[in-house]
Amino acid sequence: MISRNLKNRYLIAKIFHGFCFSVAWLGVLILGILLFHVTREGFPWLDMQFLTEFPSRFPAKAGIKSALYGTLWLISFTALISVPIGIGAGVYLEEFAKKNRLTQFIDLNIANLAGVPSIVYGMLGLVIFVRWFGLEQSVLAGSMTMSLLILPVIIISTREALRAVPNTIRQAAFALGATRWQTVSAHVLPAAFPGVLTGIILALSRAIGETAPLIMIGALTYVAFVPEGPMDDFTALPIQIFNWASRPQKEFHELAAAGILVLLFVLLLMNSLAVIIRHRLEKRKQ
Amino acid sequence: MQSSSSGLAENKSVLRLGRSKRWSEECIKAVLFLCASISVLTTFAIVWILIREAGIFFQEVPVSDFLFGTLWAPLLEPRSFGVLPLVCGTILIVVGTALFALPVGLATAIYMSEYASSTIRSILKPILEVLAGIPTVVYGYFALTFITPLLREIYPEVQIFNAASASIVVGIMILPMVASLCDDTLRAVPDSLRQGGYAVGATQCEVTIGVVVPSSLSGIMASFVLALSRAIGETMAVTLAAGATPNMTLDPFVAIQTMTAYIVQVSLGDTPAGEIGYQTIFAVSALLFIITLCMNVFSNKLLRRFREVYE
Amino acid sequence: MIANLLKAKPTTNVVTGKMEENQRNIVLEIEDVKISYSGEMAVKGITLSIPRNEITAIIGPSGCGKSTLLRSLNRMNDFVLGAKVEGKILYHGIDLYGKDVDPVEVRRKIGMVFQKPNPFPKSIFDNVSWGPIINGYKGDVYALVEKSLQQAALWDEVKDRLKSSAMTLSGGQQQRLCIARALAMEPDVILMDEPCSALDPVSTAHIEDLMFELKKEYTLVIVTHNMQQASRASKYTAFFESGNLIEFGETQNIFTLPKENRTEDYVTGRFG
Repeated sequence: MISRNLKNRYLIAKIFHGFCFSVAWLGVLILGILLFHVTREGFPWLDMQFLTEFPSRFPAKAGIKSALYGTLWLISFTALISVPIGIGAGVYLEEFAKKNRLTQFIDLNIANLAGVPSIVYGMLGLVIFVRWFGLEQSVLAGSMTMSLLILPVIIISTREALRAVPNTIRQAAFALGATRWQTVSAHVLPAAFPGVLTGIILALSRAIGETAPLIMIGALTYVAFVPEGPMDDFTALPIQIFNWASRPQKEFHELAAAGILVLLFVLLLMNSLAVIIRHRLEKRKQ
Repeated sequence: MQSSSSGLAENKSVLRLGRSKRWSEECIKAVLFLCASISVLTTFAIVWILIREAGIFFQEVPVSDFLFGTLWAPLLEPRSFGVLPLVCGTILIVVGTALFALPVGLATAIYMSEYASSTIRSILKPILEVLAGIPTVVYGYFALTFITPLLREIYPEVQIFNAASASIVVGIMILPMVASLCDDTLRAVPDSLRQGGYAVGATQCEVTIGVVVPSSLSGIMASFVLALSRAIGETMAVTLAAGATPNMTLDPFVAIQTMTAYIVQVSLGDTPAGEIGYQTIFAVSALLFIITLCMNVFSNKLLRRFREVYE
Repeated sequence: MIANLLKAKPTTNVVTGKMEENQRNIVLEIEDVKISYSGEMAVKGITLSIPRNEITAIIGPSGCGKSTLLRSLNRMNDFVLGAKVEGKILYHGIDLYGKDVDPVEVRRKIGMVFQKPNPFPKSIFDNVSWGPIINGYKGDVYALVEKSLQQAALWDEVKDRLKSSAMTLSGGQQQRLCIARALAMEPDVILMDEPCSALDPVSTAHIEDLMFELKKEYTLVIVTHNMQQASRASKYTAFFESGNLIEFGETQNIFTLPKENRTEDYVTGRFG
C-alpha cells in the first residue's frame, strides 16, 4: 500500500532526476552545436592555401602561415621555460620542503596565482619582459609571460601526481641508503610521470588558446613573415582568430572559423598525444 | 662487510656522508627551491607593478573620482575617470553568467555524483573537460556569430554587441568548472550520511537535496565564488561579444564594456604609453586584481573549512 | 667519582636487556630510548642490545612501539612528521643520532625489509642493482645481483627473466626480491618489519628458512606478531607492551619460562 503522500514524493523525485539528467547533457549538446557551427562556417575555407598563405586584406587570399608558425615558436619556448621550473617547484614543495610557514605561504600563493586573470599576467609581461628586459614584442617575451601564467597549473598537477606515488617506494629507496634526490629522480618522478605529463599538456593547451596576455604585451595582429628566432616579432593563432572575428565582414568571420578549426585540431593533436603516451607508459609498467 | 665492522668503532667518520654527495644534494635542493620561489616572485612583481603604475595614475586622478565616478571617458576630451560604468558592465556579465552556469553546473554535478553510473560518468566528464579546454576566443566567436543572431531572431531589438550573448558564452565557459568542482565536493560527502537519510525513509531526491547538498554547502559555495571570479577576469569573449561602450545600464541587450574589455581596447589602440589615458589600464587592472584576489582567497578559505569537516 | 659509580647501571640485568658477557659481539646498543610522535610517547625508555649474527625478535601487541623502535634503528623515523628520538642508539659505539652522522649512510649499513613487499616498478635486475649503483659500487654488478638473488633463494625462479617487471612476481617472490635488494647493499644489519604478514604460509616458510641462512652473515632484527615465527626463528626475543620493554632474553626462556606474568599471558595467548 503506497500512501498518497509517498506517490507525490516519488513524482517529485522523478522530476528532479529528469531535470538533472537533461541539464547534465545540455553541456554535451552545446559542445555539439558549437563544433557543428564552427565546422559549417569554416570548413569550406580550409585548404592548403589557407595554411601556407600570410594574412591578407582580401579574404580569398588570406592564410594563417605566420600565426601557425608563431604559435609553434611560442609553445616550444613556453614549454622549454615552464616545464623544468614547474616540475622543479612541484618536486621541491612535495618532496623536499619542510612543512613550515614559508612552505605554507608558497602553497597559498600558488593557489591564488592560479586564479589571477590572464590579462593581469599580460600586464606583468608588458612591464617586466617587454619594457625592462627590452625584449620588445618578441617570441621570448610572449613565452616568458605564458610560462608565468601556466606555472601554477604545472606545479599543482605535478604535486598531485607525486602525492599519488605510494610512500612504500620512497621508503624502499631510503632504506637502501639513497639520498632524497636519488630517490625522487630514480623512482618517484618516473612513477609519477604519466600524471605530470598530463598536467603539462593541459597547461600547454591552455597557453595555446590564450589571447589576452599576448595582446597586452603587444603581439602584432598583422604579420606577413615567419619568426626565425626567439627575438623576432610574432603573431599567434588565437590573435589571428580574434583579429578576423572582430571585423564586420562575414567572409572574415568564416576565416576565423577556419582558423578555429586549425586551433582545435592542434589542441586535439596534443591531447591525443598525451593519451597515447600515458597509455604506453602505464602499459609498460604492468 | 663483516671483516671491516670490527674497525668501525675506531673510524667514527664512517657514518658521515661523503662531502661531494652531500654538497650536490644541497645544490639540487637549492635549485628546486629557486623554482618554487619564482611563484612568490611573480606575485610580488604583479603587486609591485600594479601599485607603481596605478600610483602614477592616482597622482593625477583622486581615488574617489575613480571609484565613484559614473562616467568613463578617459580617451576623449573632456576626460572623465569614473570606473563605475566598467564595473557595472562586469557585474552585468557576472550576474548573467551566474544565472546560467551556477544552477546548470550544480545540477550537472548532482547528476554525475548521485545518479550517473560510472560508465556514464566516464563519458560525461571528458566531454565537459573538452568544453573547458576550448580557448576563450572561440567562445567569443561563437557568441558573435551564433548566440547574438539567435537572440536577435527572438527579440529583434537586441544590439549586435550585447551583454546577454556574452554572459551566455561566459556561462558555458565556466560551466565545466562549476560542475567538476561541485562534483568533487558532493563526492566527498561520506556515504554514511546518505544511508542515514535513506534509513529514515527518504527518496533519493530528498536525500540529495536535504542531506548531500546541505552537507557540502561550503564546498559548493567555494566553487561558485571561484567560478565567478573566473568570469570577472574573462577577457576575449566579452571583448568580442559585449562591445566597447562604457554604459551604466542593467539592460542586457545593449552594448556595454567590461573592465577587461577596456584594457584590451586600450592596448590594441594607439594611445601613447605613459600618457594618463594609457595609465588607466593599470588602475583598472589593479581593481580587477584586487576583486579577483579577494574572491579567490575567500573561496580557498571556504574550501579549507569544507575539507576540515570531511577529511 | 662517587657520583659516577652511583650512576652506573646494574650489570647483567636481563630485564633491561644488557648482556655484558657478549659486549664485543653487540652490534646495536639501545640506551634508554624514548620516541614520541608530536608529543605522544610511543616508546618509553627502552634499553636493549642486539647481538651480532643472531636473529633478535621483537614481539608484542599492536601499538606497543615495536615497529617504531625498529624504524628508529636505521633512522626511517626521520620521515615521520613530529617524530622525536631521545636517548642513545649506538651502532658499534657510534651514536646513530649524533651530529656528524648522516641518515643516508646509516641506511646503507642497516638495511630494511618492510611489512608489505614494495619492489620498485622496474625490472627485477634494476630493483637489486639500483642501491649498489647509486652508492658507487665498482665491482661486477651482474655478479652482485646474482649473488644477492641466490642468497635470497630467488635466483632459480627469476634467472631467465631478470629484465621483466618486478610487478609480475608473486607476493612471496616480491618479498624475497626486497630481501635480495637489501642484501645487495652488503649491509651489516637487516631490519625486518613483519616481513611475512602479507604472505601465505608457504611463502612464510620460505622466508623463515632464508632468515636462518642469512644470520650466518648478517645480524637480523625482526618485528613480528606471529608468536610461532618468533619462537621458530629467533635466538633472542624482546617482549614489548605499551612502549615498555617487559622482558628480554633467549627465545627459549621467554616462551617456556617467562619471568613476567604479562609475558606469559601474551605468549600463551591469554593476553587481554
